Amino acid sequence: MALLARRNLFHDRIRFAVTLTGIVFALVLIIIQFGLFLGFTTTTSNNIDHSNADLWIVFRGVGYFDTSRMFSERKYYEVLATPGVQQAEKYIQNFANWKKPDGGVENIQIIGFHPGSGLGEPWNIVQGDLMDVKQEDGVIVDELYKEKLGVAKLGDRVEIGDHRARVVGFTRGIRSFTTSPFVYTSFKNSLDYTRPEAKEDQLAYILVQATPGISATELKNNLKTRLSDVDIYTREEFSRRTRFYWMFTTGAGLAVLTAALMGLVVGIAVVAQTIYAATMDHIREYGTLKAMGATNGYLYRVIIEQAVWSAVLGYALAMLIAHFVVQASEKGGAVILMPPSVAVGMLFLAVVMCIAAALVSINKVTRIDPAMVFRG
Amino acid sequence: MAHTNSSASIVIRTRGLSKVYGAGGTELRALSDVNLEIRSGQLTLLMGPSGSGKTTLLSILGCILRASSGNLELLGEEITALPESALPRLRRDLIGFVFQGFNLFPALSAVENVGLALDLRGATPKAARRRAEELLMEVGLKDRMHAFPTDLSGGQKQRVAIARALAGDPPIVLADEPTAALDSTSGRTVIELLQRLAHQHARAVVMVTHDPRVLSYGDRILHLEDGRLVHEELPGPGFPLSASFAAPAASHFSEIVSGEV
Repeated sequence: MALLARRNLFHDRIRFAVTLTGIVFALVLIIIQFGLFLGFTTTTSNNIDHSNADLWIVFRGVGYFDTSRMFSERKYYEVLATPGVQQAEKYIQNFANWKKPDGGVENIQIIGFHPGSGLGEPWNIVQGDLMDVKQEDGVIVDELYKEKLGVAKLGDRVEIGDHRARVVGFTRGIRSFTTSPFVYTSFKNSLDYTRPEAKEDQLAYILVQATPGISATELKNNLKTRLSDVDIYTREEFSRRTRFYWMFTTGAGLAVLTAALMGLVVGIAVVAQTIYAATMDHIREYGTLKAMGATNGYLYRVIIEQAVWSAVLGYALAMLIAHFVVQASEKGGAVILMPPSVAVGMLFLAVVMCIAAALVSINKVTRIDPAMVFRG
Repeated sequence: MAHTNSSASIVIRTRGLSKVYGAGGTELRALSDVNLEIRSGQLTLLMGPSGSGKTTLLSILGCILRASSGNLELLGEEITALPESALPRLRRDLIGFVFQGFNLFPALSAVENVGLALDLRGATPKAARRRAEELLMEVGLKDRMHAFPTDLSGGQKQRVAIARALAGDPPIVLADEPTAALDSTSGRTVIELLQRLAHQHARAVVMVTHDPRVLSYGDRILHLEDGRLVHEELPGPGFPLSASFAAPAASHFSEIVSGEV
């Protein structure tokens, strides 16, 4: 049985290559489309997910990260005075103009945080020192955007909103899903860059860390009784709301989501067609087996074993290709993510798709047509 | 010469066997009231024009197709009322099939093709291989055991198919025009092999054929027309043969396959 399954698969190498190509194409398509979807959703909430804050406090009605409304610094002190708050930091996010050394202008998103606080800081710094943003003009950008922002090395000087700025660090892999790269600086600097006319007692977010032993939800409820005109979210809530906003209420999100779903549908169709054709190629042989006294169970085992072999080999090749595609995407504007759970899930999906497609075709085998087996 | 053995037991018995395809206006009656007894140790030839119901009858005798009405007994066991799930066991234990188109598995060598039939019966790979080698030696293919079907001549393929049919040591062998795709020499080898299975191994061999040159090998010749058994002949000395393997030029055999035996 096992011998027949393997031989049927490998004997005709061209046929096998066609089968494998179909499966690999389908799996790579699904991996890339789903990876883009994951990359997009992850990018939208990156700053929240890496904030290390248990709670995000925002102006009432601000439902997601990329829009912000300023509110009084008084709230910040009320938060600090609330039992259960171990640490709270002011945080800002706003758009600004970045004037490149050659005179060109780019739109950027300024992120202002308290250096050394551990809350809301940039991560994965590969050049420079985080604490250097404390300097009056220090900013950190991602190395992905060097060309776009017209900088090449530490110390390069630019202007942000008519204020001087100097690159003091580079991060790796912090993307913005909009056309405006993130630029990290101290909270103090960020006010100069984004709101030169604003008073210092205005902020966009308060990031809160709870005292050990107190849950984020518990602290959230405490804060709700003390603060007015704000919304309080746990990190997970704010992250989810932000992802949901960009995914389901914007054209970009829906386009990525639709592409991912289409990739899945097309991938499944290609695998189904490929395995179905491969099984039907041997339909007369299965009819002969049945005439020889093979039970349906025997036939199922042969065909399922073939399907599993196809799935596993197709998966291995697809993962190899996907690995290179994912690596290449890390240097591009749109990241393709393939976490281990997705990689394992793809194997499961591949096996299930191949078995399901094979079982559809097996129906024809379980009823022998005498004309099929008796006539040459 | 016809082989008669009065002590041979009845292996296949049909009573009022009929088969109707379709229903209503599209109804097609393929078999009508076929009463038949086939004994062990005999080579029975089933003849008739195209569409006379030969393959339908063979399919019903082989438990591949269900009769619309009537009864079928194999080795005294009433088959008609058995559920579908019981039929694979009957085909495995009682029947060996030989097909016109050989129906070998192209991805398997000769010995693996025969071994597969034993694998179906639960034999271990080692036992299956040993028995498959024995069977291939019996049909004269000792030197071609590891050849794949594409490397075998038509006659060799059919001998592999016969070895495969014998894997379960079945009391019944059903052959559908096994010589039709063979040249004269290969055809003779195959019919002699089938005759030997009947006479020396006491099997009931039923063979559908159009070929007049195999008539002299049959112990009984049953003629079907329009789904009815219309005539039975018992060839014996002086049986009027219209052709024989001695005159292959007059036959269509040589026009079909010219492979070596």
